[in-house]
Amino acid sequence: MAMTYRGTSRVGRGLLAAASALMAGVASAMPAPWQLNMTPGVTETAHNAYQMHMIALWICVVIGVLVFGAMFIAIFRDRKSRGAVPATWSHNTKAEIVWTIIPIVILVSMAMPATRMLVAEADTNNAEMTIQVTGYQWKWRYQYLDYQGKPARVNFVSRLDADSDRTRQLDSGLDPHAVKADGEQAYLLNVDKPLVVPTHTKIRFVLTADDVIHAWWVPAFGWKSDAIPGIINDAWVNIEQPGIYRGQCAELCGQDHAFMPIVVIAKPKAEFEQWLAAEQASLDKAAATAQIAAPAPAAAGPQG
Amino acid sequence: MASHAAVHHDAHDHKPEGFLDRWVFTTNHKDIGTLYLVFSFIMFCIGGAMSGVIRAELLKPGMQFVQPYFFNQMTTVHALVMIFGGVMPAFVGLANWMVPLMIGAPDMALPRMNNWSFWIMPFAFTLLLLTLFLPGGAPAGGWTLYPPLSLQGGYSVAFAILAIHMMGISSIMGAINIIATILNMRAPGMDLLKMPLFVWTWLITAFLLIAVMPVLAGAVTMLLTDKFFGTSFFNAAGGGDPLMFQHIFWFFGHPEVYIMILPAFGVVSEIIPTFSRKPLFGYQAMVYATACIAFLSFIVWAHHMFTVGMPLGGELFFMYATMLIAVPTGVKVFNWVSTMWKGSLTFETPMLWAIGFVILFTIGGFSGLMLAIVPADFQYHDTYFVVAHFHYVLVTGALFSIIGAVYYWWPKWTGRQYDERWGKFHFWWSVVFVNLLFFPQHFLGLAGMPRRIPDYNVAFADWNFVSSIGAFGMLCTPAMMFFILWHSKKYGAKAEARSWEGARGLEWTVPSPAPHHTFTTPPSIDDGALAHGNVTH
Repeated sequence: MAMTYRGTSRVGRGLLAAASALMAGVASAMPAPWQLNMTPGVTETAHNAYQMHMIALWICVVIGVLVFGAMFIAIFRDRKSRGAVPATWSHNTKAEIVWTIIPIVILVSMAMPATRMLVAEADTNNAEMTIQVTGYQWKWRYQYLDYQGKPARVNFVSRLDADSDRTRQLDSGLDPHAVKADGEQAYLLNVDKPLVVPTHTKIRFVLTADDVIHAWWVPAFGWKSDAIPGIINDAWVNIEQPGIYRGQCAELCGQDHAFMPIVVIAKPKAEFEQWLAAEQASLDKAAATAQIAAPAPAAAGPQG
Repeated sequence: MASHAAVHHDAHDHKPEGFLDRWVFTTNHKDIGTLYLVFSFIMFCIGGAMSGVIRAELLKPGMQFVQPYFFNQMTTVHALVMIFGGVMPAFVGLANWMVPLMIGAPDMALPRMNNWSFWIMPFAFTLLLLTLFLPGGAPAGGWTLYPPLSLQGGYSVAFAILAIHMMGISSIMGAINIIATILNMRAPGMDLLKMPLFVWTWLITAFLLIAVMPVLAGAVTMLLTDKFFGTSFFNAAGGGDPLMFQHIFWFFGHPEVYIMILPAFGVVSEIIPTFSRKPLFGYQAMVYATACIAFLSFIVWAHHMFTVGMPLGGELFFMYATMLIAVPTGVKVFNWVSTMWKGSLTFETPMLWAIGFVILFTIGGFSGLMLAIVPADFQYHDTYFVVAHFHYVLVTGALFSIIGAVYYWWPKWTGRQYDERWGKFHFWWSVVFVNLLFFPQHFLGLAGMPRRIPDYNVAFADWNFVSSIGAFGMLCTPAMMFFILWHSKKYGAKAEARSWEGARGLEWTVPSPAPHHTFTTPPSIDDGALAHGNVTH
C-alpha cells in the first residue's frame, strides 16, 4: 500500500511490517490487529506526519541506546560487588557544554522540516471544493458548499451504522467481530451514509459544531481538527488514491463520544461527479415532490 | 555518646499523647508529613480502583460492565483523584517530612497553617467523591473540564469546582509554607547553592504552585458562573469563547505537569548519589536546569491545543518552545547517568526505583518530544499515544520516584528496615506490569485509537487485552507495598541513623526514627557531608 509513498519509509519498514502485511494492496484505512506503527496515509499531510514521526522516533531510539547504554555500562562495570572504587569528581564543564549544544542542533534539524510542512499545511487557498462539517452529539453533518466553483447543495447527516449500534449496547450479547461492512470488520467504524469525495482534488474542509466540542479525524488524511461551537476551523486534503477511509471523533463529547465514526469514500473524479449529480437529482426530485404535496402559497387566498 | 543521649531525650519530648492531639491538632511537620502520605496512599487506591473499572471495560471490544456515561465519570474522577489527591499530596508529604530535616530547621515556618493545609484535603475529596452518589453522577467531561461539555453535568459541576477551590487553597498554603521555610529557616551555613536538590526542586515547584493555582481557580470560577449565574465567558452563543477556557486551563495545566515532576527529579537526585557513593554530578547545572524547565513551563501551554485551529505563528512558537524543554531535561538525565558513571554502585530497593525512573521517565520524555512536533501531533493528538506518554511520565515518573522516596527514607521515619527481598520483588513486579500496561498504548494510539472511549474496533482488541492484564497486575501493588511496610514497622530490623552506607546530608545525622523534634538548635554544616559533595570550589 506504500507504493505512492516516498521518503523515510525504508527506516520504518521493520516496525511497519506487521501492519503492511495485513493491509497490503488494500486502499483502506482500517487499523490492523497487533498494529505497531502509524501508517503513511493517502495525503501529503499524512505523509508529513508519518515522516516526522519516523524521524523523531529514530532520533529518540539512537539517543536512548546511547544514554541507556552508558547507564548499563556503569551498572555492570561500576558495581561495588566488583570492587569498584567511587571517583570523586562531580562536574565536567566541557562535557556539560557538549551535551547542551548537541541536543539543540538535533532539535533545530527536526524543527526545520516540521516548519516547512506546517507552512504548506496551513494554506487552504485554491481549493476546488468546500465541505462544511458540523459536529453534533453524536453525529456529523456534511454540507457540500461548492464544487469547481458551483454550489453543490448536497447536505446530509452521517451517524453510526445500525449493526454497530445494536452490538455496542451494554450486554447486547452480540459479537463485535460479526459486524462487517465492505468486507472489513468495521465495528464502530461504519456509518449509515458516508461522505463521498473525489480523489486528486484539493478539498477544503470547514469545521464547526453545534453543541459541544468535537474533533474530526481520519488517520489516513493525517490531521484532526477540533469542531468548536461558535468557531470555524479549516483544513484541507488532496487524496491520492480511491478507497474507504475510516476515522472517529477525537475530542471527548459526552456519553456517545466513542460512537460517532467517520467514513469517507474517495472516488475518481468522474465517478464522484456521477454520484454528485445523482444526489443533486434526488434532491431536486424531493424538492419537487414537496412542492406538489404542500399547498402552494399563492393558492391560499386572494390577498397572497 | 552525644547522639545516644539525644535519642533518649527526644523520645520523650512533647509528643502529644491522645489521638486527636497527635493527629488532628498536630503542628508537627513529621506528623503532618505522615498524614499527607497516608492520605495520598488512600487516594492512589481509590484512583487505582477507578482505573480498574476502566481497564476491565476495555479488556474486550463490546460493552460488558458499565454504561458509557459512567465510564466517562471514571476517566474524569480517576484523573482528578490521582493528580490532586495522589501525586501532589504525596510530594507535599515528602516535603513536610524532609525539607526541615534537610536544611536543619526545627519545623516548617508556619506550623498551624501546615495543619490547615492538610486538613482541608479530606474535605475537598469527600466533596469530589460524593458526586459519584449524586443524581446524574460525577463529573464526566474529562479532568480538563472543557466547556461546553463540562457544563452539561448536573450539580456535580458545583461540587467538583468547590472541591478544586479547596485543593487549590491547600496547595497554595502548602507552597507558601515551603517557600517561607526554605528562605527563612536554613541552618547557618546552608547557603541556597548548598541545599540538597530535593529542597531546590521543591522551592521552584512551590513558586509554580503559587503562580498557577489561582489561574485554575479563576478558570473554574468562570465555569461556575457560566453554569449557575448566566454568564457567558465560554458560551459562544452569548459572545463568549470556549477556547479561552482551554488557554486559561493549560496556562495552569502545563506548569502543573512540572509541579508533579520537579520534586521527583529532586528525589532521584538524592537517591542516585547515595547508592553510587559519589557526589551528584553537575549540582549547579541541575539547579539551573530545574529553574529553566520551570520558566519554559509557562510558555508552552498551547501545545495541548495544536488541533484547536491556532494560527500558523502560534503553532510554530509553541512547537519551538516545547522542543526547547528537551535541552534542560536532557541535562538532568545526562547528569544522573554521569553520577552513576565510575561510582561504586549497589542496588537496594530505592536505587532500583530511581534507575527505573530514569529509564522509563526518559521514554515518556521521548514521546513528549515527538508530541511537540506539530505535523506529527496532528496524528498523535487525543489518541492513546498521549495516554501512554503522560502515564510514562506520571506513573513510571512521578509515582516511581514517590515509591523510591518512601523506601529510601522509611528507615529514617520509622527506625526500621524493610525486607529487601520483598522491596525488590515489588519493584520488578511493577516494572513488568507497568510496561505491559502502558507500552502497548503507544501502538494503539499510532494505529488510530482515540483516548477516552469505552469501546473500540476489534482491531484494537489485542493490545487492549495486554494493557488490561498489565493494569490488573499493577492493581496488586498497593496491597503488596502496604504489606511490606506493615511487616517492616512490626518486625523490621532496627535502622541506624545513617541507614544507607553512602547516604549524605543532614537528615542522616539525626537518629532513626527521627525524634519528634529535631534541630531545635541549628546543626553545623560540613560542606563535604552534603549529598552533592562540596560545591563551593
